[in-house]
Amino acid sequence: MAKVALSGGWNFFSLCLPCVFHSERMLWLLFFLVTSVRAELCQPDAENAFKVRLSIRTALGDKAYAWDTNEEYLFKAMLAFSMRKVPNRETTDISQVLLCNVTQRVSFWFVVTDPSKSHTLPAAEVQTAIRMNRNRINNAFFLNDQTLEFLRIPSTLAPPTEPSVPTWIIIFGVIFSITVVATMLLILSGIRERRRKNEGPSEMENTEDKCENTVTIENGIPCDPLDMKGGHINDAFGTEDERLTPL
Amino acid sequence: MDKARPLWDTPLQFVFACISYAVGLGNVWRFPYLCQMYGGGSFLVPYLIMLIVEGMPLLYLELAVGQRMRQGSIGAWRTISPYLGGVGVASVVVSFFLSMYYNVVNAWAFWYLFHSFQDPLPWSVCPLNSNHTGYDEECEKASSTQYFWYRKTLNISPSIQESGPVQWEPALCLILAWLLVYLCILRGTESTGKVEQLANPKAWINAATQIFFSLGLGFGSLIAFASYNEPSNNCQKHAVIVSLINSSTSIFASVVTFSIYGFKATFNYESCLKKVILLLTNAFDLEDGFLTASNLEQVKGYLASANPSKYSEVLPQIKNCSLESELETAVQGTGLAFIVYTEAIKNMEVSQLWSVLYFFMLLMLGIGSMLGNTAAILTPLTDSKLISSYLPKEAISGLVCLINCAIGMVFTTKAGNYWFDIFNDYAATLSLLLIVLVETIAVCYLYGLRRFENDLKAMMGHTLNWYWKIMWAGVSPLIIISLLLFYLSDYIITGTLQYQAWDASQGQLVTKDYPPYALAIIGLLVAASIMCIPLVALGTFIKHRLKQRATGPMA
Repeated sequence: MAKVALSGGWNFFSLCLPCVFHSERMLWLLFFLVTSVRAELCQPDAENAFKVRLSIRTALGDKAYAWDTNEEYLFKAMLAFSMRKVPNRETTDISQVLLCNVTQRVSFWFVVTDPSKSHTLPAAEVQTAIRMNRNRINNAFFLNDQTLEFLRIPSTLAPPTEPSVPTWIIIFGVIFSITVVATMLLILSGIRERRRKNEGPSEMENTEDKCENTVTIENGIPCDPLDMKGGHINDAFGTEDERLTPL
Repeated sequence: MDKARPLWDTPLQFVFACISYAVGLGNVWRFPYLCQMYGGGSFLVPYLIMLIVEGMPLLYLELAVGQRMRQGSIGAWRTISPYLGGVGVASVVVSFFLSMYYNVVNAWAFWYLFHSFQDPLPWSVCPLNSNHTGYDEECEKASSTQYFWYRKTLNISPSIQESGPVQWEPALCLILAWLLVYLCILRGTESTGKVEQLANPKAWINAATQIFFSLGLGFGSLIAFASYNEPSNNCQKHAVIVSLINSSTSIFASVVTFSIYGFKATFNYESCLKKVILLLTNAFDLEDGFLTASNLEQVKGYLASANPSKYSEVLPQIKNCSLESELETAVQGTGLAFIVYTEAIKNMEVSQLWSVLYFFMLLMLGIGSMLGNTAAILTPLTDSKLISSYLPKEAISGLVCLINCAIGMVFTTKAGNYWFDIFNDYAATLSLLLIVLVETIAVCYLYGLRRFENDLKAMMGHTLNWYWKIMWAGVSPLIIISLLLFYLSDYIITGTLQYQAWDASQGQLVTKDYPPYALAIIGLLVAASIMCIPLVALGTFIKHRLKQRATGPMA
């Protein structure tokens, strides 16, 4: 397109050679030169130019809108707005943003020029501006960082929100405490049962000693089970002492 | 006279305890893998045959021995023959090794369970890199589920030599797992009977091996469980029931696992296609939404002819997406449980719910098997008069859990997963085969098959079917001997042993050789349990000789 403008400009120039010093014609010439120069500023892989890629249908599906010149105007406006947030660029005008090479994809290149429209602003400034306002730009088009891509401008990914205490420790703490409490309860009840069992046989021993004196004794051996005393005492000899116990 | 042996409340409790022990993680992560590797449905043929000729007879044998002798593994085998106490000791040693490393899986399941209560699930997204411009490099190269497993859960080191300190997060989970096991075994037998809410010669060998290990033969757990039975309990019926339920759980688990595989494969295939479509759309600035899965090949051909130079530039990056290659990735073990399943879960709706349910299931399976293992260790210890006279049952259980937990901390270090694989592959495999072989030969030929048959008839009331006799005396020992020979020759032929190490820079597993000291430990693991049998036999022989010499002159 730049070549066409240039050649158009030069054709006009050659045709109107006699009228070249007419002021009106000069203005037209200047206009063509300026547009051709401006067009040259915005080219794929030009200096300080960025490629933008939109995936509207992927993001919105049926609700996808068509990309037309109005949307391009909005884009230029958002970029100009972003540039205004950069120090020393508070007066950026929408006309300073140039778009070119719009494809079906939808993708295009853009540059931001200085007020005189003679050269482009450094890439670093544009990058800072876009990174600061990435969210606003995304929202204007109902897109996100993945569907509205600025190639060569890495987006700052939002870190996942980490609560102050990790969730897993809380759940771990709950289950751990329940298990410890249950274990303690079981151990304590086991100890209590064993203590009760130890007291039980000794009570039974007292009643049986009393019974021995009233029970008929055959061969000097009482008729209660011999192993109540754990086999340590031979009941055959023990009964003689107990016979002497007073009633 | 010693106090009466505790009994199961009902025979059903005993059956549930056995099922809970036998149905474990192997049913979920080993059997589906074997099915996939050896022809899918056709693997069921060798599996079911091995179940009938090897699994059921050996299971019945162990239960019968336990029920007849009414003691844990050491006491039971000493009763059969004084020289065979070593078999029981070997079983206890193997159970000890198993309980050391098995509970680590429960610790990992706890870790994942606790992390399932977040949105989004932590293994579904990659963390950001240091300057927040992209995702972490290791996570990009691998996948988010692999990253979460290898980096966040294990924090794995590049090789087994580079160990590190104990990681406190898995250590905490391990302590909790052991605490839970202790809580369950505290009350002894009564509390372990929980209600449970589960062509190719290589195919045959793997079927035989799978049946063998899946039923948990040789650990002494089954003997321990059966020793708490009433003598008149019909353990033949129970043996058949337990083995059938174990196998049907395996088959059911593989149906589920295959559907998970299918889901994951379809999802990955579609993601791959989407990536290729995006790549082509961006490279050729085609209209967004123009390229779809159906016209992809057509458009590729058109682009190749219309713009060959640009197409050849893009070509190396275009992956050939194939559903078959996705389905062919067969994984087993911890890789299946913690990577493949989590990858499938993260893509489901309400993934938190499925994640919680899944890891809860893993925990149930793992804890159930752990209880059987600890019963195998504790029953001989509590039976032994020497130890139980000094310490009450709670203290013995606590001590066993504490020792195992302390040793288990090794598996929470940075190289812990490599040591886990060593234990998983070598601690129980060869030793168990030998132990069960000695058991079968001991019962049939040392104790006498006829004598055992009479014992069972007196115990249970009905005669022993000829089928069991043939299996015990002939077929099962032959199968075990052939398995032993196969594995021995396999180990000898393959030479040095290798392992899979995680390479963080590449984001995938690489094969490395074991260092000498790791090989020494493997040898020690296998020898420690097997040597018990001859050593105890020798010791008993020497003791008898000394006693004879002492009583000899007096007579």
